[in-house]
Amino acid sequence: MKLTRSALILLGLLGLLLLAAILGPIGSPYDVGELSDNHLLPPSSHHWLGTDLHGRDLLTRLMYGARISLLVGFVGASISLLVGVVYGLIAGYTGGRVDNLMMRFVDVLYALPRIVLVIVLISLFDLKLKAMLDGTLFAPFATHARLLLLFVGLGLVEWLTLARIVRAQVLTIKERPFVLSSRLIGQSTPVILVRQILPQVLPIVITYLTLALPAVILEESFLSFLGLGVQAPLASWGTLLADGASMLNPVETPWWLIVFPAAVLVGCLLLFNLLGDQLRRMGADAGR
Amino acid sequence: MLSFVTRRLLSSIPVVLAVLALCFLLVRIAPGSPFATERALDPRTKAMLEEKFGLSGSLAEQLVRYGGNVLRGDLGDSLKFRGRTVAEIIGQSLPRSLLLGSISFSLALGLGVPLGAWAAAHYGRKTDSFLNSVALLTLSTPTFVLAPVSVLVFAFGLKLLPPAGWGTLSQLVLPAICLAIPFIGVCARLTRGGLLETLGSDFIRTARAKGVTETKLVYLHALRPAVLPLVAYAGPLAANILTGSLVIEEVFAVPGIGQFFVNGVINRDVFLVSGVVLVYCLLLLLFNLIADWLTALLDPRIRAAS
Repeated sequence: MKLTRSALILLGLLGLLLLAAILGPIGSPYDVGELSDNHLLPPSSHHWLGTDLHGRDLLTRLMYGARISLLVGFVGASISLLVGVVYGLIAGYTGGRVDNLMMRFVDVLYALPRIVLVIVLISLFDLKLKAMLDGTLFAPFATHARLLLLFVGLGLVEWLTLARIVRAQVLTIKERPFVLSSRLIGQSTPVILVRQILPQVLPIVITYLTLALPAVILEESFLSFLGLGVQAPLASWGTLLADGASMLNPVETPWWLIVFPAAVLVGCLLLFNLLGDQLRRMGADAGR
Repeated sequence: MLSFVTRRLLSSIPVVLAVLALCFLLVRIAPGSPFATERALDPRTKAMLEEKFGLSGSLAEQLVRYGGNVLRGDLGDSLKFRGRTVAEIIGQSLPRSLLLGSISFSLALGLGVPLGAWAAAHYGRKTDSFLNSVALLTLSTPTFVLAPVSVLVFAFGLKLLPPAGWGTLSQLVLPAICLAIPFIGVCARLTRGGLLETLGSDFIRTARAKGVTETKLVYLHALRPAVLPLVAYAGPLAANILTGSLVIEEVFAVPGIGQFFVNGVINRDVFLVSGVVLVYCLLLLLFNLIADWLTALLDPRIRAAS
């Protein structure tokens, strides 16, 4: 698969975004939690994107928020990828009644308000998980219990589509001669699945990743916006936007607290969606 | 057809019950009590309250009691909004959310489908790529981003529309549009993709050879099979509008069912949360059922198979 020029540009932009998230907070003259008396300053040469209610620099907060949003996106999408691929491989390769049952289960989950169930799961299990982790080896993670739940919860929301796609692929691939011959020479099922079939479905999986990533980022921001996702002292883009939205008033709204988080979020989602489009188009061309 | 519907309904019942049980247990296991107030609650008062609301005994007993009540049509009382039953709250708030949701649903389809068809009719030309970019932009702009920005611009900046509230037509405009926009792009892309695939098929070539005009070809002949992926999307679309509604109701202060749901989760209002989740599940199952039925209606191949 050769990358087109626009795909390269998009990848470059993505790299810049990652760089800003990783290095930005280090290079910033302000500390993310640093409170100051400069409440609600509009954008200026000191604070490029202005400051919030507590005098914190918005640009610094956005770059920290990028870390959380992207982290949840990557981990959540990877979990959905893992679950979806394994599920699809097993269902497709086994076939018959097992396949029928497994896909029926996917259909059922499709028809449920999954994000609503995730809300219930996350907001109710947060403290429970924290208590469970405390006093064990994993105690350092206890403070981030909610983040862990977000990873798992959102990962479990997004795997269904991939499971369907992978299954459909496997159904045709498993009848192809090279799979039949590897079965003939006595390769075991796991070996066939991993060595023969997995490489064939990988391009689709990677393309799907560019779809799952923005979806997970969007869902995390959605939950955080409602106050049910990432919680202080951590902040994601959704939290920042919610902070801005809570300052909405008819007299004088600090517009920069809404406009900049909104722009960053839309820009990032657009970037991923464009990238996904490019990859899919290249995949279609390659398949021809 | 009838057997298809009954089979689907019957197979859905255990799922709905399982989700309901799961939901109830999750809320009950969760730390924090629905009766918690500023002061510490006297254990005897707490026991009495639990007794009164049917939350005494082991979890299994509570669940069985609740399940039995639901099957008899009793969704229980809200624990936080004292003196109101869950059925009453849902009865008042659901119609508002449904109204808002159905307007947005129609907007998404009503604008998305023509836009997608228009793009497909101009495949490969400037119009097509422009419409594609627009679709991509709308589907990358989530509801919770649109809502505060549009309040900032249209309500407080230009002072065109009211920023929040419920009851008048003008108060409906912003929430309905904000809820619809992200899905216009999705609908347009699905329509375009479906149309392009159909336009390459044999029966279209035949029709073209027969001398059917290009416009008629796209909008009349090809559109019917081409909307199949869109019909399949109707279920997920309803689900997305439903969840999007949670944010919209929050930002625009719409007293809909979503507000009660979010409050219920925060307050551990077990009967309210379970009741709303039940309603959500039933709504979506209904939607998927209708979508499947429509698919069979539109696609002769599936009709023959069932």
